[in-house]
Amino acid sequence: MGMASGQDAALLDAVAADPRYHALVAARARLGWWLSAVVFFCFVGYLLLIAFDKALLAMPIGGGITSLGIPVGLGLIVLAIALTGVYVAVANRRFDSQMAEILRSHGA
Amino acid sequence: MRALSGAIAVTLLVAAVPALGAALEGEAQQQATNWVAIAMFLAFVGLTLWITKVAAARTRTASDFYTGGGGITGFQNGLAMAGDYMSAASFLGISAQIFADGYDGLIYSTGFLVGWPIMLFLMAERLRNLGRYTFADVVSYRFAQPPVRSFAALSTLLVVTFYLIAQMVGAGQLIKLLFGLPYAVAVLIVGVLMMLYVLFGGMRATTWVQIVKAVMLLCGASFMALMVMAQAGFSLETLFARAVEVKTQGALAAGATAGEAAERGGSIMGPGNFIKDPVSAISFGLALMLGTAGLPHILMRFFTVPDAREARKSVLWATGWIGYFYVLTFIIGFGAIVLVGTSDFYQDGTGALRGGGNMAAVHLAHAIGGDVFLGFISAVAFATILAVVAGLTLSAASAVSHDLYATVFRHGTATSQDELRMSRLTTLGMGALAVLLGLVFEHQNVAFMVSLAFALAASGNFPALILSLLWGGCTTRGAAIGGTIGLLTAFVLTVLSPAVWTDTLGMGTAPFPYSSPAIFSIPAGFLAIWLISLFDNSPRAALDKDGYAAQRLRAETGIGASSASDH
Repeated sequence: MGMASGQDAALLDAVAADPRYHALVAARARLGWWLSAVVFFCFVGYLLLIAFDKALLAMPIGGGITSLGIPVGLGLIVLAIALTGVYVAVANRRFDSQMAEILRSHGA
Repeated sequence: MRALSGAIAVTLLVAAVPALGAALEGEAQQQATNWVAIAMFLAFVGLTLWITKVAAARTRTASDFYTGGGGITGFQNGLAMAGDYMSAASFLGISAQIFADGYDGLIYSTGFLVGWPIMLFLMAERLRNLGRYTFADVVSYRFAQPPVRSFAALSTLLVVTFYLIAQMVGAGQLIKLLFGLPYAVAVLIVGVLMMLYVLFGGMRATTWVQIVKAVMLLCGASFMALMVMAQAGFSLETLFARAVEVKTQGALAAGATAGEAAERGGSIMGPGNFIKDPVSAISFGLALMLGTAGLPHILMRFFTVPDAREARKSVLWATGWIGYFYVLTFIIGFGAIVLVGTSDFYQDGTGALRGGGNMAAVHLAHAIGGDVFLGFISAVAFATILAVVAGLTLSAASAVSHDLYATVFRHGTATSQDELRMSRLTTLGMGALAVLLGLVFEHQNVAFMVSLAFALAASGNFPALILSLLWGGCTTRGAAIGGTIGLLTAFVLTVLSPAVWTDTLGMGTAPFPYSSPAIFSIPAGFLAIWLISLFDNSPRAALDKDGYAAQRLRAETGIGASSASDH
């Protein structure tokens, strides 16, 4: 595995000493944890509603048949896809190009 | 549906995965041989065998076998991931659940989907940057190889075996149902075909089989949902109103008073019996969400793409396709209430569906497109099982040949050819085992096995992956022993739960009252890894901790990541 390969050692040391690298990794981790927390708590909140207040989700909205649970459930599906899209857009455009820039500046 | 069978009805209330359960158990009645379905299926088999032949010519090294050479694009891999995840059980099971109880089916769909974003946010790039063939590459990156790889291989084999049993039994039942073939023949066909794909075509063939199947399934389901929406004037409100009306009329016909009937009809628009107690609800949800991020056959797909960028894209595509598929399933389930639930043609004398409760989507296919579309959907269901089973087998073969054989037994001295030979031998073994287990468990309730697989993955693999990736203090002992403790906790609690202890083993009241162990076993896994690492003062532990800085750098930057193709 990669542990054994030492040819990248100089590059790794240079990157480790670069404050831009630390700022980038911290920003990416912050985005990842925030988005994870949003998904996690929205889903757990949904489960808690199902467990403790079924009637709320069964309540019709807009004077028709459609219940509140429908937009909430479908909304969770849309939220999961949308946040995935947000992360990929930011990571693939901003973070990846910044990382490439850092690596290039250290001769990678 | 209610009359599906008394035993199943009881299980449905307590088992963790009633929707999947319904697809996986419930003795299916053998149907008249469906020639259109068989012709469509033969066309699919012909296409996939051709794919395998082409892929076989290009499968020469271990890297080809495990990762298809690593040159699969994010879009292709996303479809293949979606293919791995959209099983026949979820297509037929969730639509059947909606057909029976309405809203509850949506709860499963959301649970199955929310693990994907979490996997992307916390793991995707780090997985791709550190791993080569299996998720064990990532977990064991800075640790002593034999103990951590042994844990990862054990966990992979357990997860895959339980998932596989559920799929094989489901396959046998469904094929008996859809094609009118005897159970043993159906299981044997699945076993042999899946072995051919993996044995000769490795990851490349398995990926393309997944892609073909995913496209077929998405097209078929899209067409069904479109036709259902067309019938309802493209208004969900109209669709729901008609479904409630059908359920109300059904309750009236069954002798309920007008008030009761209206209540029963309206009940399909809100959560029903899915969740009895809050602990089981949260526990089951956690298992689905975090288990997804620990499934070895899904994690393995991260190594088939060239870099972290494509790995992220594949998760986006997978999440999009799977989410879209669940929306379709929801419409299909309600469509079945309206179009299938009102026709005597699809029901036997007692009001139950002909062929069993899981036939809702299949009957809907007939109601919409006659015998030809029925044949198409039946063939898609069979193709789906085949592809999922092939993906599982490939991941088990990789765990044995790459993690156990090449690293633990040969200490990295095995050549690519040795490793390839061992993976093929394992594939043969897994194929035989799958057929055997499929036959042994024919009459068993295997519904709990899918939720068990998710609980194991969430309690063993997920904590080990997260802590080895994100916590510098994690050590070899912590990951190997702590991960195993999480795994065993999930396993033992599942055996002690009502679905196994009471319903399967018939041992009376279950010592563990909840339907899923995850709310206890996931913290147990994290806590065990943390505590054992904390009190680990061995010389190896010092090495493990020293290795974190370099691992972190490589994980974040991709420096030294295994390239798309190493030959």
